[in-house]
Amino acid sequence: MINILLFAHLQEAIGKSELNIDLSDYTVGQIKQWMENQYPQLSLQNMMAAVNEEFATDDIIVKDGDTLAFIPPISGG
Amino acid sequence: MSISFFEIVDKPIDVEEVRQKVVDRNAGAITIFIGTVREMTKGKKTLHLEYQAYPEMAIKMFEQISKEIQEKWPEAIVAITHRVGYLEISDIAVVIAVSSPHRKIAYMANEYAIERIKQIVPIWKKEYWEDGTEWIGDQLENVPYPENLPTKKGERS
Repeated sequence: MINILLFAHLQEAIGKSELNIDLSDYTVGQIKQWMENQYPQLSLQNMMAAVNEEFATDDIIVKDGDTLAFIPPISGG
Repeated sequence: MSISFFEIVDKPIDVEEVRQKVVDRNAGAITIFIGTVREMTKGKKTLHLEYQAYPEMAIKMFEQISKEIQEKWPEAIVAITHRVGYLEISDIAVVIAVSSPHRKIAYMANEYAIERIKQIVPIWKKEYWEDGTEWIGDQLENVPYPENLPTKKGERS
C-alpha cells in the first residue's frame, strides 16, 4: 500500500486529501497516469511530487509504505 | 526542552517569540521579515485568505533553507514560523527572524529565506474575492522542478 496526499485544488477536485492505494513499485509518473485515469478531473503531468517528504521526479519508484504527495505550484510566504 | 526554530501554526504568530529564538550573545543584528495579507492584488480585492500546508514536508524544507543559509553565511541563525488556516487582511502569514554578528548578513539571509520559501516550501494560498475563490500558484511563475529544487532523481536503492 502507498499513501497518496493531495493538497489545494487537487484535494477539492476529488473531495479527498488522502488515498491508500495498492500500487507499490510503480514510478511516480505511472502513478500520475493511474490517478488521471481514476480521476479524469485531475491534471498531474508536470506537477511536482514528493516521496516521503522529498521532492521526487517522475522516474522515482514508490515502494510499499511510502507517502507520495502531489505538490501544486507553491504560493506560501 | 529544545526550541523549534521552524513551525507551522494555526494561531496568530507572536513576532517576539520568533525573534527570541535567534537571540545570540554574538549577534549584532536581528532582521525580522513579516509577511502580511494584502487587500489589493492587480486591482482585485481580497476579502480574506486561507493557507494550507503539507506540515511535515514544510518543516523539512525550512530546515533545508536553514542549511543553505548556514553554508552561505555560517554565523547566521534563522527561525521561521508560517501560519495556516483562515487569515484576514493585514494578518501575519509568515515571520522570519535572522540574527548575525553584523547587519548585512542578517538582511541578505532574511531575503534569501523568503525567496526560497516561495520556491520550495509546500504551502498554498487560497484567495477569497468578492466574486469567487482560487488556489493560487505560480506566484513566481514557477516552472515545474526549477533548477534549484532539492530533488531526488533517478531510482532509489
